[in-house]
Amino acid sequence: MLTGLNDNEIISKVLGGDQQAYALLVDRYQRYVFTLTLRFVKTREDAEEVAQDVFIKVYRSLADFRGASKFSTWLYTIVNTTCITFLRKKKLETHSLDNEKVFEAADSIDSGMRANLVEQKSRVAMVNKAIQLLNTDDAEILTLFYKGEQTLDEIAAILAIEPNTAKVRLHRARTRLKDKMEIHFAEEVKDIL
Amino acid sequence: MSIHQTNSPFGEGDEQRLWDYIDGLSSPSEKTVIEQLLEANAEWKAKYHELLDVHQLMQSSELEQPSMRFTKNVMDEIARLQIAPATRSYINNNIIRGIGLFFISIIIGFIIYGIGQLDLDWSSSGKSVIPVDLSKVNYSRFFNNTWVNAFMIVNIVAGLFLLDRFLANKRKKFTE
Repeated sequence: MLTGLNDNEIISKVLGGDQQAYALLVDRYQRYVFTLTLRFVKTREDAEEVAQDVFIKVYRSLADFRGASKFSTWLYTIVNTTCITFLRKKKLETHSLDNEKVFEAADSIDSGMRANLVEQKSRVAMVNKAIQLLNTDDAEILTLFYKGEQTLDEIAAILAIEPNTAKVRLHRARTRLKDKMEIHFAEEVKDIL
Repeated sequence: MSIHQTNSPFGEGDEQRLWDYIDGLSSPSEKTVIEQLLEANAEWKAKYHELLDVHQLMQSSELEQPSMRFTKNVMDEIARLQIAPATRSYINNNIIRGIGLFFISIIIGFIIYGIGQLDLDWSSSGKSVIPVDLSKVNYSRFFNNTWVNAFMIVNIVAGLFLLDRFLANKRKKFTE
């Protein structure tokens, strides 16, 4: 069964001419890539377009993957650069905590979400919504650390920063997430925790 | 910081220590100190549980799911494409080295030219260890052109940058 193959074995197969084997990698990582792109791009349509673009770029550049790092680390590096390029092209507003307008935007997102959240009442929904209120950099680093199964060194490589900087950024992102949850989801946090 | 400093207010640095502890990044000695603090200090304990809740909430978050056709769309796209040859197969290292050599030659040539332009009094007495009387060197001949100055500044900045990288790597190896 091909599904039992590890990433490097699948890559060898694809490089050897078995193009269909690439579907295994897409299946394996599509949720990770899509989640990460959603941290940059706020609509699901755009996020899906960028995620597809990532997998196409990865396929085209597969011969450049040397196996020095985990495939996922290399993949997320491409996600990061592709998302930044996409945002530059579209000149989309990225959410920044330093921007007052963003607070307003966050509040409007929050009020829209609150009704939905009351129905769902689940910690998963609350955390996902709280992450949406964060700025792109915070949301990305949290996703890489908790969902992307990346170490701080790997995150540093993906974001092209020093490991210690990655550590500080992760710390600040968690603090801001905690603050967001306390501000926007105080009641839910009490119920859940 | 040690266990004895339990009365000081809980700061951001302490929060970072707790996150390291939660992430399993603390050294064994630091781990012991924090465990003692958690037992002895109520503020530390409360903060630890607060951070642990956030940590567990993050762990419970879920990945988003793209559309059902996602994989098929990607496979349809790549069906028309071919894997590009590896970059290392068409970038010749000798060319890169040649370019580096070219620039080094220019710098060396510039230095030799500059030295050749100096007014040196070679007949002066040989009392000094250095056979050049630095006070008689006409530096204005070196630095009498804006472009030369700019070139020198760029080189100095590049040198400092390389030194910084070198020292950062040394520090990283040392701390590992």
